[in-house]
Amino acid sequence: MPLKLADAIAAPDVEERECLWTLNFGPQHPATHTTLRLVLNLDGEVILKATPDIGFLHSGFEKLGEHLDFNQYVTIVDRMNYISPVANEIAWHQTVESLLGIDLTPRCKMIRVIFAELMRIHDHLLCCGAAALDLGAFTAFLYAFNQRELINEINEWASGQRFHPSYTRVGGLQRDVDDAWIGKVRGFMDGFIAAHNDVTKLLNRNRIFLDRCRGVGVLTKEEAINRSATGPVARASGVQRDLRRLRPYLAYDAIDFDVVCAEEGDCLARYLVRMEEMLESWKIIHWAIENLPGGPVNSEIDGRMVLPNQLSVYRSIEGLIHHFELNMTNRKWKPPVEELYTATESPNGELGFHIVSDGGPCAWRVRTRPPSFIHFSLFPHLAEGHAVGDVAAILGSLNIIAAELDR
Amino acid sequence: MEVSLPEDGFLVTKLDEVANWCRKNSLWPMAFATACCGIEVMATGASRHDIARFGAEAFRFSPRQCDLMIVAGRVVMKMLPVLQRIWMQMPEPKWCISMGACASSGGVFDTYAVVQGIDRFLPVDVYIPGCPPRPEQLIQAVLDLQDKVQKTGTFNAREFKSRTRPEGPRPLAMQLDMADQMVAPANYRTATRSWSVVPEVGNHAGESGR
Amino acid sequence: MSEGTVAGHTLFSDPAVESIVSGLEKALGVPGGGLKRSSFRDNHRVWVEPARLASALKHLREAGMDLLIDLSAADYLGYQDAEHRYGVWYILENTSTGTRIMVRSWADDPSPCLPSAFDIWRGSDWMEREVYDLLGIQFTGHPDLRRILMPDEFAGHPLRKDYPLRGMGERHHFVPLARDES
Repeated sequence: MPLKLADAIAAPDVEERECLWTLNFGPQHPATHTTLRLVLNLDGEVILKATPDIGFLHSGFEKLGEHLDFNQYVTIVDRMNYISPVANEIAWHQTVESLLGIDLTPRCKMIRVIFAELMRIHDHLLCCGAAALDLGAFTAFLYAFNQRELINEINEWASGQRFHPSYTRVGGLQRDVDDAWIGKVRGFMDGFIAAHNDVTKLLNRNRIFLDRCRGVGVLTKEEAINRSATGPVARASGVQRDLRRLRPYLAYDAIDFDVVCAEEGDCLARYLVRMEEMLESWKIIHWAIENLPGGPVNSEIDGRMVLPNQLSVYRSIEGLIHHFELNMTNRKWKPPVEELYTATESPNGELGFHIVSDGGPCAWRVRTRPPSFIHFSLFPHLAEGHAVGDVAAILGSLNIIAAELDR
Repeated sequence: MEVSLPEDGFLVTKLDEVANWCRKNSLWPMAFATACCGIEVMATGASRHDIARFGAEAFRFSPRQCDLMIVAGRVVMKMLPVLQRIWMQMPEPKWCISMGACASSGGVFDTYAVVQGIDRFLPVDVYIPGCPPRPEQLIQAVLDLQDKVQKTGTFNAREFKSRTRPEGPRPLAMQLDMADQMVAPANYRTATRSWSVVPEVGNHAGESGR
Repeated sequence: MSEGTVAGHTLFSDPAVESIVSGLEKALGVPGGGLKRSSFRDNHRVWVEPARLASALKHLREAGMDLLIDLSAADYLGYQDAEHRYGVWYILENTSTGTRIMVRSWADDPSPCLPSAFDIWRGSDWMEREVYDLLGIQFTGHPDLRRILMPDEFAGHPLRKDYPLRGMGERHHFVPLARDES
């Protein structure tokens, strides 16, 4: 039963209450999925005050970005939101390409769209499955993970790595996809709707799941905007903001899809928005795979920006020199001395990169705008007034990824 | 096995074998999952790879119930005291798998915050390379560990007595003055960080071979 | 790219951004074009000095820029032609029109300090704490300015340019655990 927020807020100050419990939650706790810590001040079972403590996975991503060049840093951003790695790569290289002034080829754009949407499904499957797992519905998690394995296979076929593909490069991709890859994507698409139905059937009428999600952790539209929420969390609260529509990037302006919104702003709405978004992503991939343009994947801007393919490195002197130029520590790219912020709609929300460039091949400063970090700052606001058991529901619905949270 | 010692006699060695057989087939892992590798641990437990086939599917998140710690993901300065505390809370006999490049050596994260290999501060039995390792690799590591338990284990944990120091490389000790130490070292014994407790970090750089 | 000039100052190519910035100049009481501005790709920036930053942000909030997308900073120690050591940016968006604008400000050693935007956008809470933690810029008026990512006892600010990538050796200072004692 959700408790009324007003009752808890009207209660006397936290310090004045007697019989106050302090509960330490994390940093190693199954419901946190990864590493974060909460200090909960409880009155009985009601949370009066929640104090998050983060930084248990702070590994200096942004400092590393000042020492690695634009192609090398892609391996690091991969590990940022590790349940949708290619989405991070696309966001990073979009900023770099925008800084360098590179236009992508139509084929590259469409492949990136397919990957971005596959990653959205990838992310939402884990988020919904794990949220259900925390609330006691184990089976949905297994169904979700089975589909994730298929997406991992697609990653592996395209790039050679199943988990962290590092697939994008400045101005293009690591390599082109082949027909077998398209076949794999089609195969995944054919089975996905049935799997989505299975998860829906397991959860949408699951009484326990519904009771533990409905009315829990309500975020109003005003608060969502005031507290900088983006992505599914904001859309579940009625903020109709989707960067794919607002500032179309890649090939999204040509694609027809709906922006999924809900009004309630509770954990159930966030879960439902994610489930619906997977179907929209399915529609986008379906359209994109049928309309995949031919041609090269790497753009040919004055031959100095994009890595040449293997054949031309081995067989022509121009390719060899070109490859050498892009890999010598004192050559590489010469971006303008400027600063740039661009963002993409990652599965979790607005994922943006801010590059401060000093004209060298490594950025002077790389700032990541991490959606998980900002969504976790909502947590005390959402949790206060609810019971301890609701912490798992709220954390699961916010989809906090510790590597992105702490960077 | 020395036949002359009564502890290592026929009865004892047979007892060892039975105990090892029981232990190796009922490893209860505790997934100390911090980052990407944690998702692969979940994938290993999920339907496709199904670690239950090897008797190691009983994931428990309480260290008191577990005998195998899988450190999956990088461990940073803020997390290492927690890791050591959890390791101390696990009952004997216990083993540790260092999963992935980050846990084993710091991986790509050679930065100010990341511990460059947990084996500098913890005893590790099996290392898994990869970033992240495939689920098959984790399963292979569990099999290797089962092999190790069967071959070297003793029912009263005599084998641990000879291992009096961490087996990995020692910390690359930078001899810093107190004034230069920006972080007070954390101590798992007191669960505090304080300026008064300083670990004895000798200059092991020469003997570690790194 | 800026295009066209009126009375000697450049205008933003985007009329919505231009009207917001000219409204801001009016509210701050500076003449038209009094605030330094620049554009690159689709980023439109306006520089506001730290003393006027609080009132500028308040005005922008009232002018409809209700979403604080990002707040962060960079250390410009040794950057070419840099006048100030720290540059801080606020990326704001109007959620009903989609207009986006970047407000830039700066801070300097020895005690870099800026007004907090906590009362204007609650979303700035953790972002300011992060900037304080990693770069050491104080935000006056923030109710709970503590370290957020680094341990509490940590003394440095790792994203400053004078802090080395591999740290000062802190990562090696822990008690090693031997197998027989654990």
